[in-house]
Amino acid sequence: MNFDLTDEQEMIRESLSRFLRDRYDFEARGKIIRSEAGWNPEVWGQLAELGLMAVPFAEAHGGLDGGPTDIMVVMEELGRALVVEPYLPTVVLAGSILQAVGGTVAEELIPQIAGGELVMGLAYAEPRSRYDLFHVETTAEKTGDAYALAGHKSVVLAAPLAGRLIVSARTDGGTRDRDGIGLFLVDPQADGVTVKDYRTIDGFAAGDVILDKAPATLIGTQGEGLALLEMAVDRGIIACAAEMTGLAKRMTELTVDYTRQREQFGVPLSKQQVLQHTMADMFMAGEEMKSMAVRATALADADPEERAKAAAMAKVFIGKTGKFVGEAAVQLHGGMGITEEMAIGHYFMHATMLDTLFGNRDYHQRRYEMLTGLRKDAA
Amino acid sequence: MDLKFSDREEAFRQEVKAFLDEAWPAEKRGSKTEFTRDNYLDWHRKLHARGWIAPAWPEEYGGTGWTPTQRYIFDKECAAADAFPILPFNISMVGPVIYTFGSDEQKERFLPPTLSGDIWWCQGYSEPGAGSDLASLRTRAVRDGDDYIVNGSKTWTTLAQYADWIFCLVRTDPNAGKKQQGISFLLIDMKSPGITVRPIITLGGDHEVNEVFFENVRVPADNLVGQENQGWTYAKFLLTHERSNIAGVHQSWRALDRLKQIAADKDLYGDAPSLMEDADFVRRIAETEIDLTALEFTELRALAREESGGGMGPESSLLKIRGTEIQQRISHMFLDAAGTYGLPFQRELGHKEAPPSNSQVGPDFAVETAARYFNMRKTTIYGGTNEIQRNIIAKMILGL
Ligand SMILES: Cc1cc2nc3c(=O)[nH]c(=O)nc-3n(C[C@H](O)[C@H](O)[C@H](O)COP(=O)(O)OP(=O)(O)OC[C@H]3O[C@@H](n4cnc5c(N)ncnc54)[C@H](O)[C@@H]3O)c2cc1C
Repeated sequence: MNFDLTDEQEMIRESLSRFLRDRYDFEARGKIIRSEAGWNPEVWGQLAELGLMAVPFAEAHGGLDGGPTDIMVVMEELGRALVVEPYLPTVVLAGSILQAVGGTVAEELIPQIAGGELVMGLAYAEPRSRYDLFHVETTAEKTGDAYALAGHKSVVLAAPLAGRLIVSARTDGGTRDRDGIGLFLVDPQADGVTVKDYRTIDGFAAGDVILDKAPATLIGTQGEGLALLEMAVDRGIIACAAEMTGLAKRMTELTVDYTRQREQFGVPLSKQQVLQHTMADMFMAGEEMKSMAVRATALADADPEERAKAAAMAKVFIGKTGKFVGEAAVQLHGGMGITEEMAIGHYFMHATMLDTLFGNRDYHQRRYEMLTGLRKDAA
Repeated sequence: MDLKFSDREEAFRQEVKAFLDEAWPAEKRGSKTEFTRDNYLDWHRKLHARGWIAPAWPEEYGGTGWTPTQRYIFDKECAAADAFPILPFNISMVGPVIYTFGSDEQKERFLPPTLSGDIWWCQGYSEPGAGSDLASLRTRAVRDGDDYIVNGSKTWTTLAQYADWIFCLVRTDPNAGKKQQGISFLLIDMKSPGITVRPIITLGGDHEVNEVFFENVRVPADNLVGQENQGWTYAKFLLTHERSNIAGVHQSWRALDRLKQIAADKDLYGDAPSLMEDADFVRRIAETEIDLTALEFTELRALAREESGGGMGPESSLLKIRGTEIQQRISHMFLDAAGTYGLPFQRELGHKEAPPSNSQVGPDFAVETAARYFNMRKTTIYGGTNEIQRNIIAKMILGL
């Protein structure tokens, strides 16, 4: 076994981390999340110049031929700086699908992503789907070569920023059938598409997408979209595990620093043993999270069942420990922890939301139990 | 031992219910009434008009003379009706200090408007440098003729933006031997020249707390409660006094009820199984009900001890710790119930840096679940952090 990064990966980490330290501190980020647009296209362009958008893609598409490990390196750094620009939806979610589908659509869109010109979003959730990717009420009706989509997609990350969306919709079968789901490319500017945009509570641009006879192009095979979707979401989960690792490590550092500086009862808070133990637990959580992120990353390209198991395990683990680290970090900051004025609370909010994204602890615990045969029934 | 209510207690419950049906009717319930100064005061005044605003006060000052069981019934029924919990500042904090340590003149001047709500009090204890270590506070009050001149700042002051008056701990003798000495308890009119209030926005966007700055604020020496340099004694008295419903047990039961309703609401789930069919979620509700019952009966036992004259001492730390832990847990279960719709941030905010949002999405109940979960982190921090409460149990009860 070898857990070392390659020289190239170390280089990505270093240049990205330097860039974010210089250009994306808490104040700069604050301006972005309070801005009308909700992201900074200039930062996006600079990240593209660093090669970030090109990382996982084939050279033929203008990519750097990287893989899941490179994504892990990037996501951990983006997590440390709490970057709100839409890397996850564009490069990881939509990017994985385009890459897997290949063909003309990949040839057209991947170079635009890699060049930093195109933001994308993946619309998979619905108001009543909870976390089940197969629960698809949105319909796709075929007329000639084209499709028209009708339905409601919930909380689509980057929807208000995206030039293209990938949307799951049903050509056949009942609401909760695994078959009959397709993935479609939709232009959010087209007639029949309404994006109700908002910010997520942790500062990310997102929106609900209402489709009313929205023109769409099928990507991949009709009726077989679920496997692609599951692959992309598992990739998303694995990327989030790396991101959560970045969050947890940063929260631990910030808390250690704060308790060293803050004095009560004539001594720094850091001298209180009960707080030391909490911080030791935070540290341990971060290390184990990292281990789960590394393991899941190594299995990101494995067969679907192995990949699914690894993703489910990682998601349960980061959900549970991310909650612990976030809550402890806030508690140890006392009143300062609950204000918008300090970074720590923003890390906590994002860590909380990463548990909800793609399914929470309960959901993936159950998924793991089903995948391993530990649980037989669906309830 | 008898866990049942007597006929008289049952009759009392009916009386409370009848009052609530009128004073806090159905259209106000189910978090349909926003917490604003006017809405809160409206409720406060209704209770005052009925003579029920300060059940635990001695009758001569406006208390009801209820037994702890009656108080318990009253609190439970109010929570079941989603009525605002009565804020502690007037009724559990400054009022008892004034009627216990204040002069006759102060009692006459301050107790009636404190009860009626004509004065909204806020609590000026914590400072940027004095949180858990409250006794290290530095806001100075220097005697100048018939006045004190106050300089310094208080922080985390809850609802100072609404307050008419602030009760403060101030340092009157910086040279006293121990830091607990040399502190005085001073009542200050928030309209006094030299006071400024700065909002502090908390995670989730609420404006509940503030920083309050004092710059050469002149305060009549008549507003000193009790004796100069004895303020710490009064503050400590206040901390162990009247702690009924400190654990928020009734509010937690009510929240669990709402959570169960939501989890069973077929409209939210359509063809998908509801959360009530989710064994893991149901198990967590059950676990919480069991823990909450343990807390509730611990509180009832403490109340009974108090009734028999035992007083409630450091045991209140237990109620505070467990009560806040459970409140936080429930707020997280709401977030779990909201699922993906916990993410959108779409409330109208009272502060200018609210992010733009043009639409409401998702079920109504989900809208504030994340903001509420974030907000509830405060409960293990305010009122003496849970770490400090555990220190108190270790020191005061276990003698460690
Ligand atoms: C929402 C909210 C409302 C509030 N309202 C008011 C109000 O109206 N009026 C008012 O006066 N104050 C108010 N407070 C202030 C509150 O009382 C303080 O926040 C609290 O006492 C903690 O102080 P601190 O925030 O400075 O944290 P710190 O004292 O700095 O504590 C930071 C961390 O260190 C821990 N710690 C500190 N000392 C020890 C120790 N000896 N052993 C172990 N752990 C320790 C704490 O438990 C905490 O986890 C409010 C606070 C909040 C959050």
